[in-house]
Amino acid sequence: MTVIEARGLRKAFGTNVAVDGIDLRVEEGRILGLIGPNGAGKSTAINAILGLTSYQGELRVLGRDPWSERDELMRDVCFIADVAVLPRWMRVSQALDYVAGVHPRFDRAKAEGFLGKTDIRRSSKIQELSKGMVTQLHLALIMAIDAKLLVLDEPTLGLDILYRKQFYDSLLNDYFDRSRTIVVTTHQVEDIEHVLTDLMFINRGRIVLSCSMEELESRYLEVTVRPEQLSEARALKPMHERQILGRSILLFDLKVDHVDRQQLAALSEVRTPSISDLFVAVMGNHTSQLQGVSR
Amino acid sequence: MNTQPNPVAEPISVATAPASTLPTRPFYWSVRRELSENRFVYLAPLGVAAVFLLGFLITTIHLPGKMHDVWIGVHRTDLVATPYDIMAGLMMLTTMVVNVFYCADALYGERRDRSILFWKSLPVSDRTTVLAKATIPLVIVPLVAWATTIALQWIMLMLNSAVLLASGMSVSVLWTQSFFRMSLLLLYHLFTAHTLWPAPVYCWLLLVSGWARRATLLWAALPVIAIGGLEAIVFHSWHFAALVGTRLIGAAPEIDLRSPDTLPTNPMTHMTPGNFLSTPGLWIGLAFCGICLAAAVRLRRYQGPI
Repeated sequence: MTVIEARGLRKAFGTNVAVDGIDLRVEEGRILGLIGPNGAGKSTAINAILGLTSYQGELRVLGRDPWSERDELMRDVCFIADVAVLPRWMRVSQALDYVAGVHPRFDRAKAEGFLGKTDIRRSSKIQELSKGMVTQLHLALIMAIDAKLLVLDEPTLGLDILYRKQFYDSLLNDYFDRSRTIVVTTHQVEDIEHVLTDLMFINRGRIVLSCSMEELESRYLEVTVRPEQLSEARALKPMHERQILGRSILLFDLKVDHVDRQQLAALSEVRTPSISDLFVAVMGNHTSQLQGVSR
Repeated sequence: MNTQPNPVAEPISVATAPASTLPTRPFYWSVRRELSENRFVYLAPLGVAAVFLLGFLITTIHLPGKMHDVWIGVHRTDLVATPYDIMAGLMMLTTMVVNVFYCADALYGERRDRSILFWKSLPVSDRTTVLAKATIPLVIVPLVAWATTIALQWIMLMLNSAVLLASGMSVSVLWTQSFFRMSLLLLYHLFTAHTLWPAPVYCWLLLVSGWARRATLLWAALPVIAIGGLEAIVFHSWHFAALVGTRLIGAAPEIDLRSPDTLPTNPMTHMTPGNFLSTPGLWIGLAFCGICLAAAVRLRRYQGPI
């Protein structure tokens, strides 16, 4: 089942084009990471998917038009748009009451169970909770909803590493069951490295890379070479090169660069690049391409 | 992107959980949300009532002495009735102040504290939200004011009776009117003169609160000042300012404020249902309310956090 389908999705604010004709297809049971620099258009794309902003082009989420059917869509879609958007005046018990009152698919006992694992008291006001606790509470509320799509836009911004780790652990262990779909954007790429099934890089409103994690492993390789091997390695035309502690690390796209794993393995030990290294390489190339075009 | 369905995915469980909740449920919970977010909606009338009761207690102790000084029954009635009128009037003023402050913040507060992102993540439509917010000034606050007034007046009656009886005087002067009839009259008055009549002001404030990025009351007042000022300069008249003024204080146009009979205890003298319902101004005002609320619903779709 296709959960999100977009064709030529576009959104401009005045002359500033935030999303510039995105094609997107997300199937059920995937965890897609949407990665991009600040102002790349991630949040705008996400807002369009959630019915929070109007758009041009075609977009269906669970078969619905998010902009005109937001409230119906929200029975099957949950989102954490940002940290700390829970109303500060509310008590934890009131938040549980309210969501139980308005959401037909909310399982209160489940939410109470998640909260039982935290230090959050029912009588506390949300403004009395720490940022990490607010996120825990929000996640407990969201995970108790039997939704088909969960969208997380920078859900762990400003949290310490313990909370961040716990957040994704409980998401994977207590929530994700392969019939649900998750879309997540974050700058803390290393946190979601082992969570994702699919990856998408977005820059200046356009998708610059889109692949599954299996594809990433078979397609991109990184090799660390000593200075004397550098010219040999460069001859294979890596997509990106960087220096660390006097050694060069070269990143290859096997699909484009016409090299194979054996050639690289002969040079040195090869490994799959981390998402952040791949991100830097792809973004660097994309930006210089764009500059080349504009020149 | 093309992502293949996960090969190890379990058979698709068609989660067709019956989402069969009453359509009024989100509305009910939205109103409850407003009440827990804006507790002043009921705390302010209760606070005013408490302060008034304190003042009343002090004067009641001196009541038998005053009653002895006054010989004519009519004056006695006035002496006893006045605090009740003041009390009712005070409650109506409280209603107005509460409503103005509530409406000015209603659709602005949730954008300012970014919680709109949370509210919009739940299956509650913009229409339900706006209508729930409009319910506060148009239904809840008048009901709270009415209940508070009735309860307080009842307590005052009991206290008065007790004090008069204790000093060996007749309580007949207190019980000249049916309390039940007075309660219904007050309810009618609150919902006509203090709700339906000023409703355009409240709905206008709601609309501006959904639009303004800061200083809601200022933005709401600016067009009124501009139109009123323009009229004063060009035509040397003050009709528009007077119109808004009478709407705000809840006086129907045919009421002469200088007349002694306009006290809230005598609402029927001027505002019979026939009179009130046949005022074109009422219907023009309600149509304006409809436009404001429809615009506020539309606006909320486009609005995010400020």
